[in-house]
Amino acid sequence: MQQNSYPLQHETMLTFPPVWASQVTAYLTSEEIVLAWLEVDLNTRLHFSSGIVVVTNRRLLAKMAEEECWQDWSYQQGLKLSCRDHAGVGNLELFDTQARLAQWCYTLGKNAGVHHLIAEFTQQLHFRLTGETPIQRIPVKCPKCAAVLSSAQETCPVCNQDAHIPPSTWTLFRLWRFARPYRWRLLTGFLLMLGGTAATLVPPYLTMPLMDNVLIPYQNGKPIDVDLVTIYLSGLLAAALLAWILGWSRTYLLAKVSERIGADLRTTTYEHLVKLSQEYFGGKRTGDLMARIGAETDRINLFISLHLLDFATDVIMMSMTAIILVSINPWLALVTLLPLPIIAWLIHLVRDRLRTGFEKVDRVWAEVNNVLADTIPGIRVVKAFAQEDREVARFRAANQRNLEINDRVNRVWALFTPTVTLLTEVGLLVVWIFGIWQVSQDQISVGVLTAFLAYIGRFYLRLDSMSRIVSVTQKAAAGTKRIFDILDHVSSVPEPVKLVTLPAMTGRIELRNVGFRYGTRSVTRDVSLVIEPGEMIGLVGHSGSGKSTLINLICRFYDVTEGAILVDGVDIRSLPIAEYRKHIGLVLQEPFLFFGTIAENIAYGKPNATRKEIIAAARAAYAHEFILRLPYGYDSLVGERGQALSGGERQRISIARALLIDPRILILDEATSSVDTKTEKEIQEALDNLVQGRTTIAIAHRLSTLREANRLVVLDGGKVVEVGNHTELMARQGYYHHLYLSQSRNVDTEDHLAELDSAVRVRGDRV
Amino acid sequence: MNQPDYQLSRNAFGRLVLVAKNHQVYEGVVPIRAFPVTASDESIALVSAQGHELAWIENLNDLPEEFCALIRAELISREFMPEIKRIDKVSSFITPSTWWVRTDRGDTAFVLKGEEDIRRLPPTGLLITDSYGIHFLIRDRLLLDRHSCKLLDRFL
Ligand SMILES: Nc1ncnc2c1ncn2[C@@H]1O[C@H](COP(=O)(O)OP(=O)(O)OP(=O)(O)O)[C@@H](O)[C@H]1O
Ligand SMILES: [Mg+2]
Repeated sequence: MQQNSYPLQHETMLTFPPVWASQVTAYLTSEEIVLAWLEVDLNTRLHFSSGIVVVTNRRLLAKMAEEECWQDWSYQQGLKLSCRDHAGVGNLELFDTQARLAQWCYTLGKNAGVHHLIAEFTQQLHFRLTGETPIQRIPVKCPKCAAVLSSAQETCPVCNQDAHIPPSTWTLFRLWRFARPYRWRLLTGFLLMLGGTAATLVPPYLTMPLMDNVLIPYQNGKPIDVDLVTIYLSGLLAAALLAWILGWSRTYLLAKVSERIGADLRTTTYEHLVKLSQEYFGGKRTGDLMARIGAETDRINLFISLHLLDFATDVIMMSMTAIILVSINPWLALVTLLPLPIIAWLIHLVRDRLRTGFEKVDRVWAEVNNVLADTIPGIRVVKAFAQEDREVARFRAANQRNLEINDRVNRVWALFTPTVTLLTEVGLLVVWIFGIWQVSQDQISVGVLTAFLAYIGRFYLRLDSMSRIVSVTQKAAAGTKRIFDILDHVSSVPEPVKLVTLPAMTGRIELRNVGFRYGTRSVTRDVSLVIEPGEMIGLVGHSGSGKSTLINLICRFYDVTEGAILVDGVDIRSLPIAEYRKHIGLVLQEPFLFFGTIAENIAYGKPNATRKEIIAAARAAYAHEFILRLPYGYDSLVGERGQALSGGERQRISIARALLIDPRILILDEATSSVDTKTEKEIQEALDNLVQGRTTIAIAHRLSTLREANRLVVLDGGKVVEVGNHTELMARQGYYHHLYLSQSRNVDTEDHLAELDSAVRVRGDRV
Repeated sequence: MNQPDYQLSRNAFGRLVLVAKNHQVYEGVVPIRAFPVTASDESIALVSAQGHELAWIENLNDLPEEFCALIRAELISREFMPEIKRIDKVSSFITPSTWWVRTDRGDTAFVLKGEEDIRRLPPTGLLITDSYGIHFLIRDRLLLDRHSCKLLDRFL
């Protein structure tokens, strides 16, 4: 959408909030054009309210819902509109040179509009004061909210956040996706089950002629017809054998399918999970996720493969029985089916309570898992502070809650099943009474009554199992919901729609007005930086100044909130994520090793690396020698999370890991913070060779580590405060100077000071 | 009531100004509660714009009247943690779900992204984070009315 300096009136007004539209248009003078606006949702006392701030080509207008009339400020020298935010509340303020003229508050949902508003205001102000026509920008606007988008973005971040569509309640049906590949086997299983069911229906039917044609005539003095008996009895045997074979093959087949569906479900969920962004994991508890993928998938797969089919056969069997019963004697059949509606009503009654109950049980179970996942990795801290008893108490409390909630569910459940049983017993009694009466009236034979009773036994048995399925279904529904919670989650660093592939990367990184916040907390503000290919950049700044955050952004663990990051001129949001990360060698501040051998850990990013490559990388990271000192060399196990190694050793292994993939971009976040100065120097020397030709970003608190850096970027409060090499920055006597002095003052050994000094001299020579 | 050894005022730009004992002037001072949830009137720090602590207030009520008023006014315009008084409606029991609530700061609606955004505060409080990261507080969920309790219970 192209926009001139004076957009057409209707174009901007098109998306204008309708509640305010008439009020604004009434207040505008002729030829006054609305350029931008912001709907605010808080008043200055931070109560929920509504209001609007409008920028036109003449002035700034504002009105809150509770105010009578509009406020306005015409463009004049010294006006300044600025925004800041804190803890989820944005503050838009208008100043002149003497005082604050007005302020408006809004929740962060409105944030994107604010920058557009300020930009338009500043441009108009400039135009009014100097007469220079505004620089013609071509803002890409979100079609929905008219927020300005950076060009490469496909979706509007503001609107996108609103797209919280709750998943459908019919979650169970969504499981079909996992059953589909096995549909033929499931169908076979179903048919086998049907056959088996039919086979089990034969024996009661045969009791009827057995009774009427054999036993009762015998009681009445006739001899037993052996041939007839043989036929009937062999019929019974055949039916039993058939039912056995069918039941066996059915169970085997379905168990097989069930395991496969379960495995698929688990793998798919895990696959989706690991591809989610880091932000997702930031908000989740490990124990909870483990419970979901472990226990709940299991329950679901049992449900799909066994209970669902069971249920289907139950329904079919019951209808078959009902048909047989009606065909034998409709009246008796009617009486038999009497408890059915009552049971249906009961099921309806408990269903909701059971499902919510089971959801709670799942959550509490996850909570129990959480306690485990919390304390087992942190067992050293627990022991160090002698808090074993408290952790046990915490676990007991979680378990206690588990018990309470289970008790509550079981109370409902415990009442339900016996009630169904009672109903069936009563039903049986009614059938007896009605049957005996009918026999006495000669309406039916004794055989018919026996057959009925035999059928009813099965019928009610099925009813019972069907009522049990209520609980299983509700459990599965609860579990399904929690699984789909994961599966429905869209990564907040989405794969781009239009892929751009970079065949060869030179490693030029450009940060353009990058802003980022964790939740409501703004951590990075307006960082602009260009890193040339092969350049080594040192990031320095106080702890918490946003160094690691910047790296998270460059690696695209998180997506920037504002601005863009470009590599070789391409927005990293349009590159395939995995492809892009292959070019990055990252050494994290907290090195993480996986359970396995040292060689496996070094080769993590390139599993097919040869032994030679592994050793070369280890040598470069100065890990080779200490590895050789281990009892099994490169084949030594590192223990879970690398426990068996020291902090410095872990760091060196993770450096080797990053070097092995031969990346274009090397990122070292405090890569050598846990090693002694001598080892650090050695690693440093090795790195000096390796960083040649690679774009390197290194973070270090020990400033001496960064002596090779071409430029140092000093961060403070998420902003770049100084850029330059060591000598320049020292000469400037600014932030870096301060940092450097405070650091050298802290160093107590003369030796180290001298070393730093010589480092300075070395740098001085180079510049 | 003891007179603090600094001066506090508000300038025309709406910023708090603190003049320290050594006559150093700090503009844009912000009061920050150390325990906004658990102890709101105690333990307040006055922090400079650079994030350094300038003064510590053990209890707000110990301060002279006008200081107290200044700080309270600033806190009101800075701190935003609406306290939920009643839950009118939720769009679904499956997250993400929109909640319509009445708070001490007026009625509003917010989106709850997942159940893990509801944090328990001992003993019976809850802290709910909405999709934009704004915190909503329920001081004591047992004091909510039945309707709200019932809705809430589905998420706990
Ligand atoms: N996942 C997160 N959620 C919320 N806030 C975060 C998160 N990670 C970091 N922060 C905050 O962001 C700020 C910058 O953190 P960052 O890790 O980038 O600091 P840093 O410069 O690397 O510090 P250090 O030198 O100590 O490693 C910190 O104030 C931190 O509290
Ligand atoms: Mg860091």
